Amino acid sequence: MTPPHEKHLMRIEHLSKDFGGISAINDLSLDVNAGELLGIIGPNGAGKTALINTITGFYQASSGQIHFEQQDITHLSIHDIAMLGIGRTFQNIRLFKRLSVLENVLVARKSFFRHPFQWFNRQSSPRQQMDAALACLSILNLSEKINQSAASLSYGDARRLEIARALAGEPKMLLLDEPAAGMNEFETQQLIEDIQIIRSQVSCVILIEHDMNLIRALSTRVVAMDFGSKLCEGTAQEVLSHPEVLSAYLGDEEEDVD
Amino acid sequence: MIADHLFFAGINTLLAWSVYVVLLSGSLSFAQGAFMALGCYCAGVLTVKLGWPLLPATLVAGVFSAVIAFLVGYPTVKLKGIYFILVTLGVTVCVRVLLENFKFIGGVGGFGGMHGADVYAVAATLGGVGGLLYLFSLGSWQRICDAVREDELVAASMGINVVMVKLLTIATGAFIAGLAGSLYGHYMNFVRPENFDVLLSIYVVLYVVLGGVNNMWGSLLGAFVMTLLPEYFRILAEWRPTVFGLSILLILLLRPQGILQFRTLTVKKRGALGS
Repeated sequence: MTPPHEKHLMRIEHLSKDFGGISAINDLSLDVNAGELLGIIGPNGAGKTALINTITGFYQASSGQIHFEQQDITHLSIHDIAMLGIGRTFQNIRLFKRLSVLENVLVARKSFFRHPFQWFNRQSSPRQQMDAALACLSILNLSEKINQSAASLSYGDARRLEIARALAGEPKMLLLDEPAAGMNEFETQQLIEDIQIIRSQVSCVILIEHDMNLIRALSTRVVAMDFGSKLCEGTAQEVLSHPEVLSAYLGDEEEDVD
Repeated sequence: MIADHLFFAGINTLLAWSVYVVLLSGSLSFAQGAFMALGCYCAGVLTVKLGWPLLPATLVAGVFSAVIAFLVGYPTVKLKGIYFILVTLGVTVCVRVLLENFKFIGGVGGFGGMHGADVYAVAATLGGVGGLLYLFSLGSWQRICDAVREDELVAASMGINVVMVKLLTIATGAFIAGLAGSLYGHYMNFVRPENFDVLLSIYVVLYVVLGGVNNMWGSLLGAFVMTLLPEYFRILAEWRPTVFGLSILLILLLRPQGILQFRTLTVKKRGALGS
């Protein structure tokens, strides 16, 4: 966990990402603080997922820098960034379908990579890895299903398993890419409770979401994006009533963004 | 005769395992015959020209194959699917041509003088390699390979160094093929580059596919059945390629996952043993 005096957990400076002339992210600067839950909203194609992909190394930034805990991670590879403590989920669920629920989570227990010869290391005995994995699964109410294959899970459970898997890597920062997409109201309500529990486990959560109920209920700060740049930021209330955000979502009509 | 058949079944099992190990991380290799050839010639040079005993020569031959595989794998491991397969086929052809053009190991004419391997040596190697693979399948190594095979990008986002995992499986596979090559050479006494034709590499992949790719016992079964069957149905000798092709079609139609489809252990047991 980051001590409270180190305020910026992550600092993004003048970040750009182009795909052959089309810019997905355009000169974006953003500070992410320890302890906050940052909501990122914006219409489709605003560059939200591109931002997550660039932070986690899936895309190489065209220009600009990303610092995580004072370390430049702009050009690190995906697994190095993950090892520094940035976990993520995917917009389209990507589980290891042929592994069981439990195995999906065990894969993410990183201590193995730090101590490949685990049988010499009492700190990460198989028993402890197992307990840690089971703990992550129980946070997300999946304890009953650990031996099912991941392919057999319902949509909501699959989404939850993805979060549990990301959590099992003990990230300092967790990036959730539209966790409520395709969920019904009841499942969304449950997800809000889950994310509130998760917040105590990680230093910071970045939440990309279209569901404004989720954003309102959870985020301590909201950033609105459009055309790859930051439109405005502030509390959920401020951002959601900001005229530019309204026009980005709805054209120029004044309606509730819900 | 029986010792002969068992010897070749054992060698083919080692080769099938070498394909299986590479397949663990999701890459299909048609280069295992080439790594077998490298192991064979390397061990041969060590024993015949330098007078080494068989055991250290075999181990060094395995390491030699593994190092070459690592070097060849490094630039190619990021290739996917069919492109990687093409590279491995290319490696097989290259190695054969290279061996044919090195005069000091006999070139096209072949290289001889090795001796000392017998069916017990193969049995011991089979036991050793099989035991290690079995231990591997119990631990978290297996799970990491599973993850890489299922989805490389997601595996990387869990902190798994995908390139390194793949390179390790390729090198391990080549090591096993190198051991098999050394034993083969020292049993046959005389080898020629054409013994390690592309066809050999293709046959070996078929053993694995026929036996089942989900567990190590499939490779063992596939290699033994497909080696011994033609020997004991001599009438079929001339029809061997036809029977082979037909059985592949039948098995792929009836059991597309191979004869043995089960995963090595139940999830519960694996979870308790692995980290």
